[in-house]
Amino acid sequence: MRWKLSHRGKEGEMNSFYGVKLPTAFMLGTANYPSPAILDAAFRQSQASVATVSVRREAAGARAGEGFWRLIRELGVQVLPNTAGCHTASEAVTTAHMARELFDTNWIKLEVIGHSDSLQPDPFGLVEAATILCRDGFKVFPYTTEDLVLADRLLDAGCEVLMPWGAPIGTGLGLINPYGLRSLRAQYPHVPMVIDAGLGLPSQAAQAMEMGFDAVLLNTAVAKAGDPVAMACAFANAIKAGQLAKTADPMEPRDMAEPSTPLIGKAFLQ
Amino acid sequence: MKISINGVATEVTATSLDAILQEAGYGDLRVATAVNGNFVPVGQRSTCQIEAGDAVEIVAPRQGG
Repeated sequence: MRWKLSHRGKEGEMNSFYGVKLPTAFMLGTANYPSPAILDAAFRQSQASVATVSVRREAAGARAGEGFWRLIRELGVQVLPNTAGCHTASEAVTTAHMARELFDTNWIKLEVIGHSDSLQPDPFGLVEAATILCRDGFKVFPYTTEDLVLADRLLDAGCEVLMPWGAPIGTGLGLINPYGLRSLRAQYPHVPMVIDAGLGLPSQAAQAMEMGFDAVLLNTAVAKAGDPVAMACAFANAIKAGQLAKTADPMEPRDMAEPSTPLIGKAFLQ
Repeated sequence: MKISINGVATEVTATSLDAILQEAGYGDLRVATAVNGNFVPVGQRSTCQIEAGDAVEIVAPRQGG
C-alpha cells in the first residue's frame, strides 16, 4: 500500500508529484500546433510546468527529433514522455524504456489504449504495464478513467499519481462524469491527481481545479484553437482561478433562495 | 542480410546493432532502439547481434499530448 505514503501537501498547498513540487498546475502537450514558433509562444504564455512528449520513428539523417528536443529543452520545463498509441502492456513497457533513455527522465505518462474509437484505457493492460514499470524504477503517471477499482489496482501496483480522463482524448467535452470524478477525488484525498484529456474550454479546467484535482493536462484545446497563444493564456488564468477558488473554501449550494441584501432597515413603503 | 528497419525491408552487411545504425545513416543522432519488440539500451548496442529477419525500431523525440 505505497499510496498511503503519497506526496500530497497540506490543504491549499500545491501537491508534489513523486517529490517534485511544480510551480503551476498546468501540464501542456506539444502536439498539433500550427508551427514550432506557435508551440513555443503558447508554452511561454501558458506558464505550464510540464511538457508532454512522445517517441516516434526517425528516418536516417532526418534530425527531426533534434530540433524538437532543442525547443523543449529551451522551455526549461519538466518533461513527461508518453506511451501514446500503445495497445498492449509489452508495447508500452518497451516504449517507456526508449523514452527514458531519450529524455533522461523516469517520469512516464502511461497510456495503454483498449478501445480504438473512444481511446479508452485498457484497464488490464494498464495495471500490467504499471506493475512492470514501477518495478523498473519509473515514476508512472497512468492515464486512467474515474473507475475506483482500477484506481485501487494502480495504486497497489506502485503508482503514486493518477491521471483520470475528463472525457475521451481530443473531444473537448469537458468533465463528462462529474459524479465519478468527485467520488475518485473523495476516495483518495491524499493521492495527487491530474485531469488528463477531454478538456475543451478554460472553464472546464477551472471546474476540475475547483473539484480539488491537483493539475490538468491538455493539448488539443490549445493547439487546435484559432489562436493557441491566447488560449494557452486563458487556460493558465482559469487553472489559477479554480485553484484559488478551491483553497478559498466555496460556499455550499442550497435549493432555496436567500436574500443577499439584508431586509433589516428596508423602508416600509405601501 | 535482410532485416526490417522501422518497418522497411533493408539490406545490411553489419551484424551488431551499433554498426547497423552507422551503416543505415543514423550516425550520432539521438535515438533509442528496440529489436523484435525488446528495448536495447545504448550501452548494449555493440554486443547486440542482429540476425536476418530481425525487426529493428529506431525512434527519436517527437511532439506528444
